[in-house]
Amino acid sequence: MTPAGVLAAGAAGGDLFVAQNVFFGVIALVMIVSAIRCVTTRNVVHAALWLVLVLAGAAAQFILLGSEFVAVTQVLVYIGAIIVLFLFGIMLTKASMGDDDSVAGEKRLMAGLVAVLLAVVMGIALVDSYSDTRVVIDEPQRFAAVSDAIFSQYIVAFEAVSVLLLAALIGAIVVARKE
Amino acid sequence: MILNQFLLLAAILFCIGVYGVLARRNGIMVLMSVEIILNSVNINLVAFGAFRDHVAGEVFALFVIAVAAAEVGIGLAIVLLIYRNRRSIDLTEADLLKG
Repeated sequence: MTPAGVLAAGAAGGDLFVAQNVFFGVIALVMIVSAIRCVTTRNVVHAALWLVLVLAGAAAQFILLGSEFVAVTQVLVYIGAIIVLFLFGIMLTKASMGDDDSVAGEKRLMAGLVAVLLAVVMGIALVDSYSDTRVVIDEPQRFAAVSDAIFSQYIVAFEAVSVLLLAALIGAIVVARKE
Repeated sequence: MILNQFLLLAAILFCIGVYGVLARRNGIMVLMSVEIILNSVNINLVAFGAFRDHVAGEVFALFVIAVAAAEVGIGLAIVLLIYRNRRSIDLTEADLLKG
């Protein structure tokens, strides 16, 4: 089914232009533009700030999908912690002072080619597989259900992540420490 | 909402991230592009979780966020070490293992 067909199918359902979809479109546009600016801008600090927009847009999409807990975690961990970490990294390496010097045109061309090819392949596969699948969100996911799942069914993975974070913490200190 | 709108958004973000990883030479920019890729994966996970009405999607999105935090910590430490040794974070210059 072509994208136009998808749109037609949605319009036939009569709910293509509900508020959710309008907000989805606006946020998706902001995310894509910010992501492109993030990977193409020369100033590294600006890139980090564009990345904030992408991450905030992702949090908004999570709320649209009814997953408030993931959205809140996204804001706390990504925008609150990881961006600060990036800004400190930029500060410590003085990367903000000089531009991220000119990338060889050929390399940029090849990277763009790879990205476009990947987008075409994935787009065709997705449109082919899920063209008229709908997401129906009756009510937001409850925090309790998520935490129940984490602490019962996925407890082993949870403990593994805890150990991983501890290992990463110690590893980062050991690697970055001055001799 | 159509499931595909989320999946296509995630696919586009993924490709933008791949472009960033391949085209940029600054180590910190490469790490930022990896973050964009991980975020697109999270959108996919949460979208499928909402589609199946199952918590597994959200639980694993949370795990991905935790692993991404660890990855950024280690990655920035490594970039810092490269900068300290070479006074530059140009990844094309870090070719000691190239032989």
